[in-house]
Amino acid sequence: MKINGSQILVEVLVEQGVDTVFGYPGGAILNIYDALYLNSDRIHHILTAHEQGASHAADGYARATGKTGVCLATSGPGATNLVTGIATAYMDSIPMVAITANVGTSLIGKDSFQEVYIAGITMPITKHNFVVRHVEELADTLRDAFRIAQTGRPGPVLVDIPKDVTANECEFENKPLVDTSTHYDLTETELRRVAKAINTAKRPVIYFGGGVAISGAGEQLAALMRKADIPASGTMMAIGSLSTENPLYLGMVGMHGKVSAGFAIDRADLVLAIGARFSDRVATDPNSFAPQAKVIHIDIDAAEINKNMATDDSIVSDAKTFLEAVMPYVEEHKHAEWRAEIADWQARMDYRPKDNDSILLPHQIMGIIAELAGDDALIVTDVGQHQMWAAQYCRRNHPRQFLTSGGLGTMGFGYGAAIGAQMGCPDKKVIHVTGDGSFHMNLNELCTTVSNDLPVITVLMNNGVLGMVRQWQTMFYGKRYSATDPHRKTDYVKLAEAFGAHGARCTDLADFRKAFEKALKHQGPTIIDCVIGADERVLPMVPPGKSVRNFVID
Amino acid sequence: MQKYILSVMVKNNAGVLARVASLFGRRGFNIDSLTVSATTDPTISRMSIIVTGDEATLEQIIKQVSKLEEALWVEHLWEDDCYCRELVFVKVLAETADVRDSIREVAEVYNANIVESNHSAIIVELTEVPSRIDAFLSVISNFEVTEMCRSGVTAMMR
Repeated sequence: MKINGSQILVEVLVEQGVDTVFGYPGGAILNIYDALYLNSDRIHHILTAHEQGASHAADGYARATGKTGVCLATSGPGATNLVTGIATAYMDSIPMVAITANVGTSLIGKDSFQEVYIAGITMPITKHNFVVRHVEELADTLRDAFRIAQTGRPGPVLVDIPKDVTANECEFENKPLVDTSTHYDLTETELRRVAKAINTAKRPVIYFGGGVAISGAGEQLAALMRKADIPASGTMMAIGSLSTENPLYLGMVGMHGKVSAGFAIDRADLVLAIGARFSDRVATDPNSFAPQAKVIHIDIDAAEINKNMATDDSIVSDAKTFLEAVMPYVEEHKHAEWRAEIADWQARMDYRPKDNDSILLPHQIMGIIAELAGDDALIVTDVGQHQMWAAQYCRRNHPRQFLTSGGLGTMGFGYGAAIGAQMGCPDKKVIHVTGDGSFHMNLNELCTTVSNDLPVITVLMNNGVLGMVRQWQTMFYGKRYSATDPHRKTDYVKLAEAFGAHGARCTDLADFRKAFEKALKHQGPTIIDCVIGADERVLPMVPPGKSVRNFVID
Repeated sequence: MQKYILSVMVKNNAGVLARVASLFGRRGFNIDSLTVSATTDPTISRMSIIVTGDEATLEQIIKQVSKLEEALWVEHLWEDDCYCRELVFVKVLAETADVRDSIREVAEVYNANIVESNHSAIIVELTEVPSRIDAFLSVISNFEVTEMCRSGVTAMMR
């Protein structure tokens, strides 16, 4: 069958199991949009307000469903607008295929209208990228893109298709899907070695990251913890992998994690790092992270071993394969003394914010969200103080329920990602927790939730300032609030209404409860403007570059 | 800090050099020299790269380069275990007979060829292992070197 490049793209998308794409049309990508028009019964295209929103939506879709997210953009500015979203996905290992059209091959390299070398621009923020110069290569290149995005440590792949390639015809045949699962053959020797360290440790701790969430290894992790009586602390990217009810789960570790969890790693004699990468937001001072421990690193990406921190032993494997393989070698154990020591830190050192129902306090807002939205709801955040409050208090008990830009820290990520999450999980509640700073970055996507009747609830933590940066200015810059007090007069209720959404404003907890209950019943999007104090801080905090022993709690 | 020789087999695709260079730039790895050359397979090119760093850096470079979709394999070569050559041209100011003689002596010691000699300057060529080239250059720098051009290394396992 002879079809053109645009039809080939549609056929390969369908072949790869894609039914939803996010994008924005333009001149160079006209042929592709024509094919999408003719195939609208097979592929649902969501038009966003801006290509950045499309890239975050594809990312949010992938995070929520585990499938590969797809976004489309035209050449030039369309392509460059995807860049932040691609970089966000790259830093958090999210499978994504970004399709850009480019000017025709005869115009490439001539600074033609809306021409940009997007392959060059995205080289350091993709797992790989392609420029397809011949229609005969298109189908297999697209298949390669999906394979690369999904294999091993996932990540974004960009395919740039010149306009003439989208119009040229060639023979096309469907091909069966390739198995993208990688098998890690772990040797008995290495498993026995790690198991011996576990079996002989007196003060063991597991430090786990997003790799556990990606490989869906929460159950296996909990089983190991139970059998060997090992407490575990997770990164923000791992939220939901373990139930918050699990008595061995110490909560989040890192700059704004639990002090007791940080102390457990600080005093441990064995740290088993699984699917985590010792980032500077966790190993705030890599020279004094787990100083007394033998550190064993399990990661799917060999390049992570010894990258941020030199470790004593390592295994290259996905989390699930490792956990299943090591279990038979691990002995049942009790670490009563060690656990009592940790319980003592929890009682004495962990931060406990005080309630006050007459105003709005972040932890109480998050508590109500967790309570009313239910155990099934997805929390999608932007970046800043609200993100940390959501991570600390939103109590997610299942993987793929807490969607946040961890590595890149992209303000403006949340609303697009919430759109993608809601498209991927139409039967689940999607709660977008944001701040007034982050929300201003991509609030244009309100039109997208309205047009598509997506019942995304935005809980806006409105302190009128750029809170996280301001918090650093408070703590480390002598309260010189440079450019963090924008004096905006935005009326979020009117804003919501102008877009055709619902808006509510609240100043105390009872107000918020009512507004949130109402939003949960509403069919379309709602914005709830929660007025909070400008001086609310995220606590506890470990100052950057310092160890957990320097934690700040008031 | 040490110098390491890496031999990287890459797919001979457009942009593959940019990918390797971009990776080194992004991660802050230092390239001393880099050559790309054909192999017996027209779809595969060989990059010979000399990098400076410590062992941890070398480990990271090898792992990060290995992750590139178009890198087929990466090998760390030791100068003693491989055939490894680099070519250098050095133009030295030589306006007196004494200086010219001294330069000739140095060239002789290192088995370097004098490819041009006139009343004002001498151009010396040397093909050697990188460490010998370094040694030669440090001696020749006692003269007035006006120009120097190194080819970058090319290497093959024994």
